[in-house]
Amino acid sequence: MSQTADTLVGVVAESKRRSLIVDLLVRLVKEKPLGTIGGVIVLLLLITGIFANFLAPYGFNEFIAGSFLKAPSAQHILGTDNVGRDILSRIIYGARVSMIVGLAAASIDVLVATIIGTISGLIGGKFDLVVQRFVDAFMCFPGLILLVVLMSLLGSGMLQVILVLGFVWGIGGSRIVRGAVIGIKENVYVEAARAIGCSTSKLITRHILPNIMAPIIILFTIAVGGIILAEASLSFLGYGIPPPTPSWGGMLSGAGRYYMLLAPWMVIWPGLALTIVVFGINMLGDAMRDLLDPRLRGGVGRYGGVNVKKLAVKGKSKSE
Amino acid sequence: MSAYIIRRLLLLIPTLFLVTIIVFLMVRLIPGDVIDLIMEEHMFETKRGREVNIEAIKGRLGLDLPIHVQYGRWIGDVFRGDLGESMWTDRPVTEELRNRLPVSLELGILGIIVGLIIAVPVGIYSAIRQDTVGDYLGRSFAILCIAVPNFWVATMVIVFPSIWWQWTPSLEYIPLADNPIENFKQFIIPAAILGMVLSGYTMRMTRTMMLEVLRQDYIRTAWSKGLRERVVIVRHALKNALIPVVSIAALQIPVLIGGSVIIEQIFSLPGMGRYFLEAIADRDYTIVSGINLVVASVVLLNNLMTDMTYAYLDPRVQYR
Repeated sequence: MSQTADTLVGVVAESKRRSLIVDLLVRLVKEKPLGTIGGVIVLLLLITGIFANFLAPYGFNEFIAGSFLKAPSAQHILGTDNVGRDILSRIIYGARVSMIVGLAAASIDVLVATIIGTISGLIGGKFDLVVQRFVDAFMCFPGLILLVVLMSLLGSGMLQVILVLGFVWGIGGSRIVRGAVIGIKENVYVEAARAIGCSTSKLITRHILPNIMAPIIILFTIAVGGIILAEASLSFLGYGIPPPTPSWGGMLSGAGRYYMLLAPWMVIWPGLALTIVVFGINMLGDAMRDLLDPRLRGGVGRYGGVNVKKLAVKGKSKSE
Repeated sequence: MSAYIIRRLLLLIPTLFLVTIIVFLMVRLIPGDVIDLIMEEHMFETKRGREVNIEAIKGRLGLDLPIHVQYGRWIGDVFRGDLGESMWTDRPVTEELRNRLPVSLELGILGIIVGLIIAVPVGIYSAIRQDTVGDYLGRSFAILCIAVPNFWVATMVIVFPSIWWQWTPSLEYIPLADNPIENFKQFIIPAAILGMVLSGYTMRMTRTMMLEVLRQDYIRTAWSKGLRERVVIVRHALKNALIPVVSIAALQIPVLIGGSVIIEQIFSLPGMGRYFLEAIADRDYTIVSGINLVVASVVLLNNLMTDMTYAYLDPRVQYR
């Protein structure tokens, strides 16, 4: 009996969640022109990243004999680098690196943030106080300084970058999750669930988590942009992803900087790709926050309520 | 309010304590011991047994003691304002920081000023022309400022003027006291790049604040008195909207410290960020701990001041 009820609830929740995403996409396109542009950019990044080996005209580490530091031409649309590798191909494979790092680290971020935030928020009291002091202490270190120290501790490499970025972002993000958990903890339905003897794990999975999905989705979207940028900064400083793996940040350092006056195309394209991608993700993230966060809806999020132009017209018509 | 301040100050103590522990432990976990590096240098000079030398060096640096004794010694010195000496050059870290902090500080203050100069007009325009093409452009510009990697902009600023006009930024540091005008010329470009990220955030905040103020009754009154738009915006709205924006923007030190690490490196400015990168590369424990501790304390105090400012400016914030 309860089994069927549970599955029924599961089915209802499932169908509702699906319609939520469709609804979200429809509203994104209808209400948020900037967010839609961001969404298209993100989609292009995903396609480029996934199909990199079909899209790239050359291999990312393929040395083409006799074409060192060639300016952009029909054969190499974005030129070649100092050892004769096609830059377009390296940018395309770089999209894959950015995509993997961004998605993987953001997933770890969300996982860490949800675990710390939910436990700290739900238990509360002294435990919460102690955990939050640790979070405070970690957040005192400005991003890049903490990242460089941690990376020099673990050594460079893609896995290390993903773990470090995921954990550092996750500790910061736990604040948002904790706030959301505290916000819904006192709700009647949580109390009711407790009253009928719901176990803590069930309480979390059935009642808490579904209701903090909005901040978690926002956390994820916004983190991806920052993480991609941070990976590039780390690789630029030489503490990120080591060559020959094509990281956009790494392409801007080392040989790129050495030859930048002779072959500026070596440093233009990776940075431009980085800018466009992070720009797109941030636009999408902003739009998602406006659409998902009910507290901001109609308030600062949509900037609703007041239209200065209309007010101005009203003011004028009154004065006339 | 005073109870809130006292509570915040009390919470500062455990956090600061955790910070010192994190700082102390973090650098001591860096692989590739500083002793190995020193040994490599000494190998060429002396042919004596390695063991003897290692013990001697360890003893000199105080690394042969148990870790809690090392921590006790270190923290005791820190309270006396002594951050120890560089493990390589024996130069006192406190003195070195005293020389380098002004450089970073000048860069940061100029960055904040530039950020405000760009952000405030765009933010205001975005707010008073809400949901027009101009507003969309303004908001995109704000997101662009956050998305564009500062190390790329810095690279472009060095590459293109040099190719087109044979102009390169001075790579030799000119102290403010020696030649204020040349010093300003040297600092303004890196500061502007540093200010870009900040201006992105400030633009959005200006817009939000303006929109909130424009919704107030007294603005409606101003309109209905028949005042011109310029008067309503400049005389009535701006004053109330900008106080929080300016005070919060002035407290964006963490953002600037993170950015200055890369910018100082690229423009060869002898500030704290560059000192940090050099020390990390040399595995110089004392310098890295010293910088981390100073930076984290600055950020901690800064965050406290930010919260106080918010509490002071917004009576709706609850002091609990």
